Amino acid sequence: MELEAAQQFAQMGKFIGAGLACIGLGGAGIGVGHIAGNFLSGALRNPSAAPGQMANLFVGIAFAEALGIFSFLVALLLMFAV
Amino acid sequence: MATGTEEHGSEAGGLAIHPMDQFIVKPLFGDGPVEWYTVTNVTLWMFIAVLVLIGLFVLATRHRGIIPSRLQSVAELFYGFIHNMVEDVTGHEGARFFPYVMTLFMFIFLANILGLIPMSFTTTSHVAVTAVLALMVFMTVTLVGFFRKGIGFLSMFWVSSAPLALRPVLALIELISYFVRPLSHSIRLGGNLMAGHAVIKVFAGFAGAMGVASVVPIVAIAGIYGLELLVAAVQAYVFTILTCVYLRDAVGEAHH
Amino acid sequence: MATEPIVEEIAGTCVNEHGGAIGMPQLCVDWMPNQIFWLLVTLVVMFFILKTIALPRIGAVLAERKGTISNDLAAAEELKLKAVAAEKAFNDALATARVEAAKIVAAAKADIQKDLDKATAKADAEIGARAAESEKKISEIRAGAMEAVETVARDTAREIVAALGGQADAKAVTSAVTTRMKG
Repeated sequence: MELEAAQQFAQMGKFIGAGLACIGLGGAGIGVGHIAGNFLSGALRNPSAAPGQMANLFVGIAFAEALGIFSFLVALLLMFAV
Repeated sequence: MATGTEEHGSEAGGLAIHPMDQFIVKPLFGDGPVEWYTVTNVTLWMFIAVLVLIGLFVLATRHRGIIPSRLQSVAELFYGFIHNMVEDVTGHEGARFFPYVMTLFMFIFLANILGLIPMSFTTTSHVAVTAVLALMVFMTVTLVGFFRKGIGFLSMFWVSSAPLALRPVLALIELISYFVRPLSHSIRLGGNLMAGHAVIKVFAGFAGAMGVASVVPIVAIAGIYGLELLVAAVQAYVFTILTCVYLRDAVGEAHH
Repeated sequence: MATEPIVEEIAGTCVNEHGGAIGMPQLCVDWMPNQIFWLLVTLVVMFFILKTIALPRIGAVLAERKGTISNDLAAAEELKLKAVAAEKAFNDALATARVEAAKIVAAAKADIQKDLDKATAKADAEIGARAAESEKKISEIRAGAMEAVETVARDTAREIVAALGGQADAKAVTSAVTTRMKG
């Protein structure tokens, strides 16, 4: 009986932890939006230079997004693997 | 580990959504254990990717038309896209790696797109697959770098433009970030794909449980599906361009 | 990966008896050799398809197309030059023809003027001659008329003198008539 209570407590911790880990996704969202917004404002100032910077835009977005994916991964690991 | 041996579904709290079931590797024939040589759904979908590749790049271009057919111009589009990327990012020296980069891109792109077919299996959503891809890139970069530049390849970590006192610290950071590369490289691809498919599956579970109101999650699935198509293409692009960026360290002149 | 030791505990039990996944299928070590093996097979196959067949072929097609396009462009440039030259020749010919035509027109004009002048002179001369002739005739007629008047007057005067019973002296009558006629 006590063991079951402990297990349920551990389960609760997992779910709370997974939810907390998902906060990181918001940070990734902010980062990606920041990159895209700054790219757009720069592109509107100098539209002729914009196409040449597309690769940098995507690389930057990928880097920012990867960190969000890491926190999502932590959430998934807590939910399904721990 | 508490749920490890329990019946499936207990962790979903009543609502029976199993977003991870779509990633299960199954043998195609029979029910035996999955040995390394077993023909599984991984094999099937990789084989389909190879077939699509042959159709697109061998059958569609067999006429070698000066005026291309529709499929031939698609193949030429991919060729030009990756060729320009390799030349622009890696420089002229890196153009030798074009077939290698093209293979990576076409495999990831086809696997991502084929994985979006309903009931299909997404090979690139498995960390084992993406980790092998990323480790191949990592080892290629390291070996080619040492082969071409010798011990000078290590100057990549020694930021000569920084103040002397800071350089060891920066070297440590650069070294760590160098070894984290394959991890982030693989997790980015696999995680994106897995997240997208899991989210679609979760919404599909909602649709099954909501009766008439399930129109809402179905519309949401349609939207997410469009986003996933974008993600599939963008992640293939990002993986490839990062490969090119890493290759530039190995073959190009110093980037600092 | 950091979680592998944990996953190893459930190795062999990645799927429960209902066919559902236990934990994350991505971390199931049982399946990894299979995935890696087939991935390597796929990559090798794809690499050889691309490297030996597809990429050289597409590269050749693109190069050929580039060559064809640049050839066509060169041909078009040549044709354009030819067209420009032809236009220039045409314009030159046109200008020459204009000059020639102007010359011919001038010559024709001069000829016509000459003929016209000649004809005018001839006509003038004729008119002059005719006028002189007419003048002469008129003066002859006038002289004839004067003479006739004198004769008539002399005869009339002699008759009148005879009728009055006088002896008409011819000389005297004549001189008288002439004097009167003049007066």
